[in-house]
Amino acid sequence: MIRVTRSAVIDAPIERVWAVLRDFNSHTAWHPVVAESEIEGGEPSDQVGCVRRFTLRDGNRIREQLLALSDRDHISTYCILDASVPLRRYVATLQLKRVTDGERTFWHWQSTFDAPPGRERELADMVGTGVYEGGFEGLRAYLRRSRPGAVGVAARARAVAAGEAMPAHGVVATAFGGPEVLRLQPLPARPPGPGEVRIRQTAVGVNYIDVYVRAGLYRMIEPPAPLGMEAAGVIVDVGDAVAHLLPGDRVAYACAPPGAYVSARTMPADQVVVLPDDVDEETAAALMLKGMTAAYLLHRTHRVRAGETVLVHAAAGGVGLFLCQWAKTLGAKVIGTVSSDDKARLARANGCELPLVGRDYRFAAAVKGATNGRGADVIYDGLGRAAVEENLEALALCGHWVSYGQTSGPLTPIGPETLAAKSVTLSRPVLFHYTAERAALNEIAQQTFEALRSQVIRVDVRHRYPLTAAAEAHRDLEARRTTGPLVLLP
Amino acid sequence: MIKVYVSSVIDAPADAVWAQIRDFNGLPKWTPFVADSRIEGGMAPDTVGCVRNFRLKDGGVIREQLLTLSDYDFQCTYSILESPMGVDNYVATLKLTPVTDGGRTFAEWWAEFDCAPEREGELAQSIGQSVFQTGFDSLKTMFRR
Repeated sequence: MIRVTRSAVIDAPIERVWAVLRDFNSHTAWHPVVAESEIEGGEPSDQVGCVRRFTLRDGNRIREQLLALSDRDHISTYCILDASVPLRRYVATLQLKRVTDGERTFWHWQSTFDAPPGRERELADMVGTGVYEGGFEGLRAYLRRSRPGAVGVAARARAVAAGEAMPAHGVVATAFGGPEVLRLQPLPARPPGPGEVRIRQTAVGVNYIDVYVRAGLYRMIEPPAPLGMEAAGVIVDVGDAVAHLLPGDRVAYACAPPGAYVSARTMPADQVVVLPDDVDEETAAALMLKGMTAAYLLHRTHRVRAGETVLVHAAAGGVGLFLCQWAKTLGAKVIGTVSSDDKARLARANGCELPLVGRDYRFAAAVKGATNGRGADVIYDGLGRAAVEENLEALALCGHWVSYGQTSGPLTPIGPETLAAKSVTLSRPVLFHYTAERAALNEIAQQTFEALRSQVIRVDVRHRYPLTAAAEAHRDLEARRTTGPLVLLP
Repeated sequence: MIKVYVSSVIDAPADAVWAQIRDFNGLPKWTPFVADSRIEGGMAPDTVGCVRNFRLKDGGVIREQLLTLSDYDFQCTYSILESPMGVDNYVATLKLTPVTDGGRTFAEWWAEFDCAPEREGELAQSIGQSVFQTGFDSLKTMFRR
């Protein structure tokens, strides 16, 4: 009996490698010696017992049967039923194991078989080198090119010699001020260092926070510097010690510091998540900041439960609409504040049971009236200073006041005794603290993608501008001429 | 029963790494956290059943018994007889597998044990990271090419 063993380490998480290998008919896509393959009888290709019939590029024909498949142990065992090469009693097992320090995958591939006398060495070499080692290289190449957009990026990446800056441009705030301070400038993307990736960006999200940063209200940049908190695109290249991303991956991010209004960006890989195939890049650019904000506010800062009364300020705004849609799905009674009848209609269509219209920050009496005098269990407050008194008034006993923004100005100091009047909990959360660790970021991002997939939240991008027209986008946003998300297209 | 699992890749052939690991009395040579070690009763350190009695740099004393030693599988299994850690039924295995592609080593180290429920997270973290991962990091440094 001949035993052949080969093993390798693949620079990708086990989930990604296993997703390919568990499919018994995937080898045409990644194995360089396999020409054509089909599963007999139209059975699913992960059905234990199914038979794959395939031809090799050298013309040999083989039928193999799947004997065992374990998603728990990441094992696939199969045997040859008949083949035009004399491999007798051939049984092979491939197993993956997680490399826990560094998100890589150990791949062990082993078989036993008999061969005609005199051909043992030749056949053992064919299996070990041609099939197994060739397979390792084939899968590595497949993972590099398998993400949508990978081919174009690979071509571009070749145009950028390793270690060289990539030509790119960006919109920079040349000083603090109005939209007129925004200028297009060349901003080459440097090669990624350890822990970094370089992204060719295809869509950039525009948020009201960008206006605050441009105006100097939030001192997050020192001009001249590019604006922008979120974008999506395709990985061009990755630096050392980056295991979870590969060139060609479609990705998105929302993070500080600003710098997203660019055609290419080099940034920490830890802040970047891979996009599921069903989320396009425009949607992602419009989704990440506001969607993840809604996700952590509803699931982490305060865990909204069925039956709670939730008050959402600016209920027709970007985050506000997500909060209404999602809180309603969680079974909450959603009350909102809006500034016009049009916005009230929009909020109502998105899960807000009672939109309160007004511009004077007077809403507590109406909230109490709608809850038999009890008040709201949680208030999602992006208003800030102007609504302090009314928020305290509108809260139920032991209510939770979540202040995540301050469009009317920063909160005035609030003493503990003020909170004690109703046993109020006050939170002042910031998205970037909740997403500072990659595991947490990934969890929040996946929760957001899942909410999009199941249509709990909806993204409808109606306002697209070339990146060069960022100033126009800001003017439209500040003049409130837009509804729904804005994206810039580099 | 809690299970802790840590794995790593060491940049040296498995037989070279195994030469360090298989010495059951060799912890002071390749881990940064063991101050000294001896085998009880004058037994050879590769005798299955022998007991190593070692002192951590923080002062704690641990006694562990070798249950399995396989030069064929590059694997050893041991249990804790006495320790200040507050674990019961602790059995750990350290296993090496050659990575034929590049002549490296895939190293796995796992343990199963019982403990007070409120200490599960803390012990899983300290055993997985402070012991197993730290041990692997030390081997990686030792065998850096």
